Amino acid sequence: METLHLAGKALERKFHDAEQFYIVEQPTVSGALTEDDTPHLSAVLSASILIAFYTRDGMLYRIVRTFRIVEPRVGSEKMSDLPTSAQVVVIGAGIVGNSVVKHLAELGWRDIVQIDKGPLPNPGGSTGHASNFIFPVDHNKEMAHLTLDSQQQYEEMDVSTFSGGLEVARTEERLHELDRRMTSAKCWGIESWQVSPAEAAELVPFLDESVILGGWYTPGVSVVDSLRAGTLMREYAIGKGALSVHPLTEVLDIEADRGRIRAVVTDKGRIACEYAVIACGVWSPRLARMAGASIPLTPAVHQMIDVGPLEILAATNNEIGYPIVRDMDTFCYERQTGGSMEVGSYAHRPIFHHPDTIPSIEAARLSPTELPLTMDDFDPQLEQALELMPFLGDAEIKYGINGLLSLTPDAMPLVGETPEVENLWSCAAIWIKEGPGTGRALAEWMTQGYPEIDPHASDIARFYPYMKTERHILSRCAEHFNKTYGIVHPREQWETRRNSRVSSLHPITSALGAVYFEAGGWERPHWYESNAPLLEEYRDRIPERPHEWDSRWWSPIQNAEHLALRDRAGMVDLTAFAIFDIEGPGALDYMQHMTVNQVDRPAGSGIYTPLLTEQGGFRSDLTVLRMGDARFRVVTGGFDGGRDAYWFRNRLPEDGSVVFTDMTSALSTIGVWGPDARQLVEKVTADDISHEGFPYGTWKHAVIDSIPVIMFRISYVGELGWEIYTNMEHAPMLWESLWEAGREFGAAAVGAGVYGTTGRLEKGYRLMGAELESEYNPVEAGLARPLVKKADFIGKQAYLAARDAGPAAVCCTLTMESHVSGSGTPRFPMGGNEPILTPDGERIVDAAGRVSRVTSAGAGPSLDAYLLLGYLPADLAEEGLRLQIMYQNELFPVEVARVGSRPLFDPDDSRMKC
Amino acid sequence: MRILACVKRVPAPGAKIILTPDGQDIDAALLGFTVSPHEECAVEEAVRIVEREGGSVTVMTLGPPEAEEQLRSAVAVGADSGVLLSTDDPDWDPVSTAKALAAAVAEMEAGAGRPFDLILFGNESADSCGYQVGIRTARMLDRPIVNGIKGIDAGEGSVTLRRETPSGSEVYRLPLPAVVGVKEGINLPRYPTLKGRMAARRASIERMEPAAGSSGQSKVMLATPPAAGSTVDILGEGAEAAPAVVDVMEGLGLL
Repeated sequence: METLHLAGKALERKFHDAEQFYIVEQPTVSGALTEDDTPHLSAVLSASILIAFYTRDGMLYRIVRTFRIVEPRVGSEKMSDLPTSAQVVVIGAGIVGNSVVKHLAELGWRDIVQIDKGPLPNPGGSTGHASNFIFPVDHNKEMAHLTLDSQQQYEEMDVSTFSGGLEVARTEERLHELDRRMTSAKCWGIESWQVSPAEAAELVPFLDESVILGGWYTPGVSVVDSLRAGTLMREYAIGKGALSVHPLTEVLDIEADRGRIRAVVTDKGRIACEYAVIACGVWSPRLARMAGASIPLTPAVHQMIDVGPLEILAATNNEIGYPIVRDMDTFCYERQTGGSMEVGSYAHRPIFHHPDTIPSIEAARLSPTELPLTMDDFDPQLEQALELMPFLGDAEIKYGINGLLSLTPDAMPLVGETPEVENLWSCAAIWIKEGPGTGRALAEWMTQGYPEIDPHASDIARFYPYMKTERHILSRCAEHFNKTYGIVHPREQWETRRNSRVSSLHPITSALGAVYFEAGGWERPHWYESNAPLLEEYRDRIPERPHEWDSRWWSPIQNAEHLALRDRAGMVDLTAFAIFDIEGPGALDYMQHMTVNQVDRPAGSGIYTPLLTEQGGFRSDLTVLRMGDARFRVVTGGFDGGRDAYWFRNRLPEDGSVVFTDMTSALSTIGVWGPDARQLVEKVTADDISHEGFPYGTWKHAVIDSIPVIMFRISYVGELGWEIYTNMEHAPMLWESLWEAGREFGAAAVGAGVYGTTGRLEKGYRLMGAELESEYNPVEAGLARPLVKKADFIGKQAYLAARDAGPAAVCCTLTMESHVSGSGTPRFPMGGNEPILTPDGERIVDAAGRVSRVTSAGAGPSLDAYLLLGYLPADLAEEGLRLQIMYQNELFPVEVARVGSRPLFDPDDSRMKC
Repeated sequence: MRILACVKRVPAPGAKIILTPDGQDIDAALLGFTVSPHEECAVEEAVRIVEREGGSVTVMTLGPPEAEEQLRSAVAVGADSGVLLSTDDPDWDPVSTAKALAAAVAEMEAGAGRPFDLILFGNESADSCGYQVGIRTARMLDRPIVNGIKGIDAGEGSVTLRRETPSGSEVYRLPLPAVVGVKEGINLPRYPTLKGRMAARRASIERMEPAAGSSGQSKVMLATPPAAGSTVDILGEGAEAAPAVVDVMEGLGLL
């Protein structure tokens, strides 16, 4: 017998050599042995048997109190007691899978089977090596809400420590970004304040204040034990009698039949099931593919090292005693972990792996998602870390990994039912900070038809097929990886994989100098540089935006195009519309069931209608053309096309009586609007387009020049005119005909900056994903019609109840009363969740707990005003009331200009109904 | 004291070693690289001797261009410089390796005008475990060598070495210059510090052409032996597990 005291690598080697070994571990600490957990490890070696007392920071006593014995490296060969059937199989036992089983059990699900190919409590996925800290202030509302819910859940499980967090700025640009952070913190009600370099050094005494210009601090940053949380969540579900858990069980196949999930096949047996949830993090694409579905993410490296020992940290005698520091300009963070400091980086080159080649648990040196650190990539960060925290210089690098995490093409999670396979759900690309909240959202979605937090940005159905290809995923992920801590402008456009979807009008709009923004993947003109001469014409009516931030991804030409359209006429490339044909003997009943407003109107009618969730919130809003008795055409926005297509297809009757056809790529749409629009179109058509012959809200077949078209008399900009649909191949000729006809009227090509923002806001039109979310209902949005149709429809009960109850909040249009900031510079908010505040600067929260914030913002050039949309509690929804908004941490006076949906511009709609 | 430590770049696999399809190599696509534990200890010992006695530590390896990483890692923990005998040929047997190392040592010593006082090897490499290169190199340089060393005491003109045996330890005294095969356990190697790592990044690595040579021995292929079965025995959770743990410890004679 031999007694040794080993640590770090030497001990790890003994584990490889030993024929048997035992680890006495604290269950709240990661299961697999890693170097960072063994700085004070004592081991007893006897012959070929090793017992290691697995400690962190030498606190052995904590282990002796509660321990369990596991052998984590080699899989169990025990006889399997795997069930042969289940209502739902949840694949994955990381933070996400564990959260899903907990919330499913809470919502009443039983017969849940959870499997993972790894051991418990740490199966070897990304959860096991996560940094486990939560900065709760996100600019994105959905992510902020998911994160705050998660943080609260961790707290309720008592696995959370509030450490506080500090973001430091090394540049002026970052200081400006921290102003935005202050603003978002105010919006979500998170206490925070800005600090001087000296104050930062007071909070974090080992920080060199001379390298920073300032910082932002919030006490609201927490550090959580995500593995312990996972165990508690599984135990909750087990306690409800709802769950059986099967680790060391690998999925070999997922059976789907006629587009519906049937069974999960594992190495321990087959489980027939009604539902399956893929919550496998970096492995998720591989699992989805087994069923014929797609979960578009890539495993990506996030590097981190652990350095220590550091006396000042050890002296806290705590896992976390100092605020976590995010060195934002170097894309790097420093987080105390016991007596060591973890330094993590998002600055290195993007390093991607393939889900199929992630090593097995047996082949991995540490764990499958803890790959060897490629030190060359990390080296530049060392110097930057040392600049900020010189005391790190003499500390040893004890552990370092290329840790794998999940990235998606647009940096948001992948949640919801897969569009390809019914009852196969995805809950992937989720980090620790939003894990429990997202698990809850998915469970609600599976149970109630939709989650409480509007999930549109995480909905897996948002992607079009080309966006799920490997090349697209990798290009976009490579583009945004280094923006993890970057300063991302709300209007910022992607650079890679552009021109993936181009209209047949593209050569024409290009020649006109279109500046394209991406809309549902389409290249959509946002403004046209060829319209620069209009700036001269409207010089006095277009305020300058002197602050670079406010004018980034913006052009005054947008305002000029707006005025030209209002004065004369404009032509808008609307090819990005998603268009679906719905036909068959069951089409009318089906469409009535899907929509709020009456669609049983004569052929030739066009109907605007919301689509609701069962809970009565907005799921979509769109227009429906009644094409015939049994035929409808649905026109919706490009941003929502994927999600809307899924919503429709998923609800088609099983008897085949309704056929859904996606016409998006077959059709192009050109909008022609303005006081001269009728005269313009009359020059190229013989059809009757008079007001009497072609009333507002109707559509007609017509011929323009030689081209068959469908004209729909409607307007999102509040002017006389039409959406004109034609076959994609005819669109260039159609454009040229209209363009020629428009010359004498001075018609302008007009971009989406007018169509989606300035024109829309002057008319107070609400936008899906901004004003219209599942958290609000049509009564609150001001879109409830006087009567409710007899036919039943999704969300009807909730809608009727909402009509009875009246609105808790009302969508209002506000005007900026002054643009001048404290520094004297005029500022122009951009609708990025700027909080709406009382004159005293207090947040405004309605009876349902929803905060008042700016949902859209933009110029109203014809009103000579700057317009903001947002919801106000019913008692504050009073025209003329003066309030404030916060933008970039400054307050600006605003006035409630309009309560409800009656437009500020042309309130009687006389311009478009003439 | 001028010390040369020789190391070999090897993959750092997990519990299960995966071979390339042609059986010629370990599939290291997702593996990191390291040196053998004995060599880590050799570098550490060299650094400690120089910290005590003064002098310099040079680290040398024969390997692919990527082996520069192992030399920089040694610099990060205190070595002064690195020499890479760079080769793209993956198949170096112990004889040709020793020839190349001995030739490089001779060349470096000729350049410096004096020999290395000590040349340290790891007891054996982590991958092929041939136990040969150190001994062959010493022989070619006509210097004494002792393997399996767990204690080095450098003196004036000589070095005292300790080797553990089941019944105690053997002590050797070798005249300098000498060669030593170091065994793991002689010390606890340090980790690199941040500053050390930054110094390593800047360190210049000397590249030399290895003297070619073959003894006619070549690798046919690698094969994985059948794995010994293993089982999991969960002894229990929480306080209820305590008696089972005590039983295990008693069974091992620890209590």
